[in-house]
Amino acid sequence: MPVTDVTHDVDSLTLTITAQFAAPVERIWEVYADPRQLEKVWGPPSHPATVVEHDLRPGGQMKYFMTSPEGDKYAGYWKITAVDAPRSFTFADGFADADLNPNPDMPVSTNVYTFSENDGGTRAVYHSTYESAEGLQQVLDMGVVEGASSAINQIDDLVASTPAG
Amino acid sequence: MTIVDEERADALFHALADRTRRDILRRVLAGEHSVSALAASYDMSFAAVQKHVAVLERASLLTKRRHGREQLASGEVSAVRSVASLLGELEQVWRARIARIDELITTDVPDQED
Repeated sequence: MPVTDVTHDVDSLTLTITAQFAAPVERIWEVYADPRQLEKVWGPPSHPATVVEHDLRPGGQMKYFMTSPEGDKYAGYWKITAVDAPRSFTFADGFADADLNPNPDMPVSTNVYTFSENDGGTRAVYHSTYESAEGLQQVLDMGVVEGASSAINQIDDLVASTPAG
Repeated sequence: MTIVDEERADALFHALADRTRRDILRRVLAGEHSVSALAASYDMSFAAVQKHVAVLERASLLTKRRHGREQLASGEVSAVRSVASLLGELEQVWRARIARIDELITTDVPDQED
């Protein structure tokens, strides 16, 4: 398993995941720098992503939508704030409307991806912070976007955590 | 599961099985909305939207309060989920992405000649 470490910080609403990939830093960078590769990894197989705009430079944007098996489209964007190719980039990740314009009513997370050479491969650190628990919740409640499994888990949790009667 | 749990699960699945209701739920999770503002967002009658809101309310996914002549609806899922479980779910999303990256880079046909 490439994931080597996971840290949840409940107070700062931050998730940090560290992964080890058996490829050079430049190869991992390419996954993000090449829209055709990025769309292969961003959405789950059930909701493939289509990247329609991609400018991995400070001030640039990445705009995409995912398509559900029913044909519904869910759009999102990245607003890139810092880039140090091929080692790191920082961006805001949010939702967009049907015309791919950022939706200011939806939560935005701040993300820092860092890649460094480690043990003949690459250590990737994904750091993602939400402003509020409600925001994080909303993202997950878009469970449809990420495929059915998390939505189903949510429903099980809901049922299990509701006092009977 | 007890019978009460099963009934609750029925109500939940029924509530979430409709595209308009899921859309309403997304809106009210983002913030409180008046039922009339919700109704204006859909190409259906006020009464039809009100019915959808009532189904969500019965499933405890949404609560309503009165403000003057308006009924205000807000999403309720937060009441039953902890931040820790939210981060856990987010972790699953990330793990899936990392697995896809790993798959992508290992399916590269490497040029072993350099």
